[in-house]
Amino acid sequence: MLALLGSGFEYVFRPENLLLVFLGCFIGTMIGMLPGLGGSNAVAILLPLVFAVQLEPAAALILFAGIYYGSEYGNSISAILLNIPGTSGAVATTFDGYPMARNGKAGAALAMSAVASFTGGTISVVGLMLLAPQLAKWALHFGPAEYFVLIIFALTMVAALTQGDLVKGLIAGILGLMVSTVGLDPAGTSARFTFGSMKLYDGIDFVVVMIGLFAVGEVLLALERSRARVELVEFVTKARISFAEIRGAMGTMVRSSVLGFGIGALPGAGATIASFLGYTLEKSISKDRDSFGKGNIRGVAAPESANNSAANGAFVPLLTLGVPGSATTAVVLVALVGLNVTPGPLLIQNHPDVFWGLIASMYVGNLMLLALNLPLVGLFVRMLMIPQWCLMPAVIVISFIAIYAINNSAFDLLLISGIGVVGYLMRKFGFPIAPAVLGLVLGHLMEVNLRQALALSDGDWGILFASPITAVLWVLVALGLMAPLFPHLRRKLRAGRG
Amino acid sequence: MKHFLQFVALGFCATTMPAAAQDYTPDAPLCIAPANPGGGWDLTCRSVARLLSEFDLTENTMQVRNMPGAGGGVAFAYTVGQQADNSDLVVAASGGTTLLLSRGELPDLEYTDVRWIGAIGADFPVIAVREDSEFDTLDSLLERLREDPRSVVLGGGSAVGGTDHIRPLQLARAGGVEDVANLRYISFEAGTAVTELLGGRSHVFTAGISEIAGQFEAGAVRILAVMAPERLDGAYSEIPTARELGYDVVAPNWRGFYAPAGMSDAAYDYWTNALLTIEASDEWAQVRQQNGLAPLRMVGEEFNTYVTEEVEVFREFSRELGLME
Repeated sequence: MLALLGSGFEYVFRPENLLLVFLGCFIGTMIGMLPGLGGSNAVAILLPLVFAVQLEPAAALILFAGIYYGSEYGNSISAILLNIPGTSGAVATTFDGYPMARNGKAGAALAMSAVASFTGGTISVVGLMLLAPQLAKWALHFGPAEYFVLIIFALTMVAALTQGDLVKGLIAGILGLMVSTVGLDPAGTSARFTFGSMKLYDGIDFVVVMIGLFAVGEVLLALERSRARVELVEFVTKARISFAEIRGAMGTMVRSSVLGFGIGALPGAGATIASFLGYTLEKSISKDRDSFGKGNIRGVAAPESANNSAANGAFVPLLTLGVPGSATTAVVLVALVGLNVTPGPLLIQNHPDVFWGLIASMYVGNLMLLALNLPLVGLFVRMLMIPQWCLMPAVIVISFIAIYAINNSAFDLLLISGIGVVGYLMRKFGFPIAPAVLGLVLGHLMEVNLRQALALSDGDWGILFASPITAVLWVLVALGLMAPLFPHLRRKLRAGRG
Repeated sequence: MKHFLQFVALGFCATTMPAAAQDYTPDAPLCIAPANPGGGWDLTCRSVARLLSEFDLTENTMQVRNMPGAGGGVAFAYTVGQQADNSDLVVAASGGTTLLLSRGELPDLEYTDVRWIGAIGADFPVIAVREDSEFDTLDSLLERLREDPRSVVLGGGSAVGGTDHIRPLQLARAGGVEDVANLRYISFEAGTAVTELLGGRSHVFTAGISEIAGQFEAGAVRILAVMAPERLDGAYSEIPTARELGYDVVAPNWRGFYAPAGMSDAAYDYWTNALLTIEASDEWAQVRQQNGLAPLRMVGEEFNTYVTEEVEVFREFSRELGLME
């Protein structure tokens, strides 16, 4: 194995391939930063180019993988600085990243995010290298019933995610679930809530909702604040992170990375669920739970480790089963087939150069990203010195261009404007945004998997409780529901004894 | 007719007739891909655009516009709404397009509202089982479907009533299964049809062969039949066709093009000839292979007839499945 890894490194260290790793990481970071655009867009745009120059399969994979995990680095930057996540994998990063920025610790948050992404990336490459075939076999045990209960588990986390008013959190979550039912139903037989319009036939893209709620909503709110002069100078003062802070978050990063990798390896689950669960896990086992959501640095470390780790985990089903685990790996699959490599169980055996080249490039790429991102923290932080009247219109312009680029649909622009107003009102009246996004992303998956599970069992609901995996997940759901009660119980017990 | 078209195609290639000899050459050729960049339709458009230029069939390079939405419905409505004399426009399509149209789900739109130009490649649907499955042959599977239809789970990537659903039903009907609506089909999202088969939750995989290629090479699945007119090439040559097993079902998931209804006959001739030239080239063979497609050539009148038949088949099964009146 070491020999194979060695040959992989040899391949990556060729100048032209090092350039590809760098290009991938750089493009990925930039694309990830922009609200609405993610790795899958960049990969799709580059696809014809890769065919045209007949890049070697291993080289193409190195480039695409770089874009993919690079975008998971980049998406946290706007999440932390502006409260606008670049992709849904960074929504959880806003919870503590943005409060940190408002407390004048933007630099520390960005640096933490880079270090956490690096840790997540590195741990998951080791996992990919050592465990890919075994993990793929494990993932085969995950059928629709198991996914359904996993999603139920993720949704119970809405409660844990809600700062303050539980009822408002639930309302936001249900709003997201409702929007997820618009369009053709998952079995593809009837159109729902489309009002006879073909424009709503495919449903409302969650990117549209996310950008509307976060970016447009945030800008509208900023319009209101624009009179009040914000203490800009203070933002930039503390740009450094201390080793003590990194060491303090080490446990968090390792736990989230392992969790993220496992979830990323499940086809379809992805970085969004991984980052939310990583965040919730850390919050629930933390001693000072109340500081989460107010700028706890571990609240940045957890989702950032988890989403990077999940990005690499998504390569497990791609490389071992030939099944894409995410939107980006779906496009990568097309690229590999086009370059004469059939992803499947024989890939590692038949194309060792592709597999080991990728592994080696991931080690190198993660180092590059760390080296790229840490020095740039100071530059990124300066973004906050841009006056609001200049920054906010730029955010709007970029958001609108990105949304138009995704579907070429002017209707989507109307949608984000309308949804932006909803986002503004939600903020105004204290409704949290994240549960709405989570509900929307998970609602579709939940429905699909429930339908499939019931179709498999020919209508018997028992399938949702039949396997050991579902049993374990239901126990976790129960624990998750009871978690908010624990402090009360402890207090009561103590009071009773006293 | 088919032989005649093949003859035309061969003649066309042999003399490499220059585009200038045509009565019609498009000024501003445009290909609409009714999906996002990176998908099958997008690649079809872009590959054809590239080859048209390479073979000097167009003066100006064909532009590609992505128009996703409603499974191709948005692009179809746009095309029908075009001025009648727009002869420079073609739209990428596949069996999914005719299915959508056959169902009557697009208000006031019919498959006859456009001109069908041709199909130049296909992914053929298969009947595949896990390597340790009890079903050794297509006959044994069909026997079980006749005797105990609810005991077998079919899984594919398309929606209920989609191509991956209707194709195996056609085969079951040919194999003597009366009530095909009683068979169990589960619509998995792209890719998961394979993992569900490997995980043992579904018993039969019914989507296109390209999706299961890796597992077939690895020996993890057995392919009982492919619904192609004749055996496929290379590693697939050992797979029997449904037809040679005695069930006459040929059902390509084709890739092709349609154009606005008002396209002039001269323009229609230009586009069909262009497709025939491209189809016969080595460059196209490479594109097909990059997209996991097998050869298929149905151009002009032959294709028009095929689309009419296909729409009829889709309507018949959609009615039986209770998806339309």
